[in-house]
Amino acid sequence: MKPDSQPPTGPASSDRPILPRRRVGRRRRLDGSGLAGWLFAAPALIMYGLFVLQPLLLTIQYSFYNWDGVGPGEWVGFANYVRVFTDPDLLGPIFNSFRLLIFFSVIPVTLGVVAASLIHRIASSRFGSAATTVIFLPQVIPLVASGIIWGWLLARPGVVNQVLEAIGLERIARAWLGDFGTALPAVGMIGIWVLLGFCTVLLQTGMAKIDPELYEAARLDGAGWWAELRAVTLPGIRYEIGVCLTVTAIAALAAFDIVYVSTGGGPGRATTVPGIKIYIEAFLQRRVGLASALAVALVFLVLAVILPVQRLTREDRT
Amino acid sequence: MIATRSEKYVGHLFLLALMVFTVLPFVSIFVTALHPSGSLPSGLEWPDQPQWGNFLEAFRVAEMGELVVSSSLIVLGVVPVSLVLATMAGFAIGLLRIPGARWLLLLFIFGLTLPFEGIVIPLYYLAREIGILNTRFAIVLPLIGLFMPFGVFWMRAHFANMPVEVTESARVDGASTWDLFRRIHLPLARGPIASLAILLSIWTWNQFLLALVLVEDPTQRTMAGALGAFQGHYATDIPLLCAGTIVILLPTFLVFIVLQRQLVTALLQGSVKG
Repeated sequence: MKPDSQPPTGPASSDRPILPRRRVGRRRRLDGSGLAGWLFAAPALIMYGLFVLQPLLLTIQYSFYNWDGVGPGEWVGFANYVRVFTDPDLLGPIFNSFRLLIFFSVIPVTLGVVAASLIHRIASSRFGSAATTVIFLPQVIPLVASGIIWGWLLARPGVVNQVLEAIGLERIARAWLGDFGTALPAVGMIGIWVLLGFCTVLLQTGMAKIDPELYEAARLDGAGWWAELRAVTLPGIRYEIGVCLTVTAIAALAAFDIVYVSTGGGPGRATTVPGIKIYIEAFLQRRVGLASALAVALVFLVLAVILPVQRLTREDRT
Repeated sequence: MIATRSEKYVGHLFLLALMVFTVLPFVSIFVTALHPSGSLPSGLEWPDQPQWGNFLEAFRVAEMGELVVSSSLIVLGVVPVSLVLATMAGFAIGLLRIPGARWLLLLFIFGLTLPFEGIVIPLYYLAREIGILNTRFAIVLPLIGLFMPFGVFWMRAHFANMPVEVTESARVDGASTWDLFRRIHLPLARGPIASLAILLSIWTWNQFLLALVLVEDPTQRTMAGALGAFQGHYATDIPLLCAGTIVILLPTFLVFIVLQRQLVTALLQGSVKG
């Protein structure tokens, strides 16, 4: 792992007196390029500022107004935020996104660890590398396609019910995405399909970097699969676990494509997530201020979930 | 280390199960696509008379030719510019270490966590204001901005790991900052730039939310946006929907088969770095 390969989320180690000598020297040598250097960075910063930072500030601004997108807006202070956190119609999507977190994040990462630990010794074989390529496929196709494909698999005559009938479980067969009780887990199932292969392959590359002697030592101590997993594998892939959790958590909280095509947020509000609600409120209902307040809340929600995970993985590399 | 026989057995079995789980959905839409248009088959059922013509029909009604052109135009508008801007900024932050580089980097990294939903509402009104709503520019320009956090971060990681000696010897020879970039470091950065190009192309091709909100005409959208519209029209005709999905996925499959190694590596590195 390269020392630079992780987003620094706090002050880096150069505050310490001993290490940074080399770095300071390097910087001094190039000091003359300050202005020229900024010219190199400026175009990227301008595009980022114009099309990301400016809209973000505008979202915050909109969130304090009552605005239908056409006429003049009306300043309402924090009223939109109060509604976001009290109205069940808006709080529901936030809760749903936390439930999706289980399916998009917890399950793929847990299953990914198990799968990766079972396959990592054979992953370098020809069959292994062909298989890792195949299980990566869902990562490459658009999420919209995954949503359409699974919309069909989970339908009443779909494969999922066929399999259930084949093993004698026809009693529980149903239209999974249309049932209030099962729609959200069914959407979660799509997330598992999209993310499991990715997590497995990523975790397995992490395991490949662990010193084999550690496993030898664990074997000599008589460690079984579980003990070995806990003592050697998990500490060795903490960083990769952190990456998986980060990527999948963002996918869960900011989910839109899959939900939009598979259920549209329904039935009722059963699968409405913040992304869907923002789209409906802003572009169909024309309640721009309210949608913006939910969008700002979503931005903070993602940060609140992601930042602790970053800290967890950083301790790894002192 | 040599794996024991039972470990190998369990490992293979597990991989096989994962592969079936991954591939079965594609098999299902493929056989479904072969049923007569408008019929309602079961999920996995080989038709009596495979309707290969469905794919042609889907190709026609999805206006596949126009879609490929449109998506390609968007990729061509987004990716080269993004590569140039991200490489230059990554060079400035990672190698020149310009004053304020750390803050600048943090500002970009913040963007990595930003959900598109957080900015899509003002993007709509901005696009309307400057008159690019419902044109491909409404997708291209914001995407360049949205790719800057990842692109800069990715390129910075490369430049920050370059040995100082390369830069120093060039400086001793009196190279200007531009020469240093253009003649010395740009050729050395070819690998990471190529990987970044692959990643940004896929992400552009698959971009849905911006296409949905900012461009109404499906033939002006990205592939994912067009697929969403196709589903809206043909949601009730399952065989045609499946055939259309396969046709629209075809370019992705072809690229995946040709570039599988690079794709998997790039996506893995991309997530570890990002």
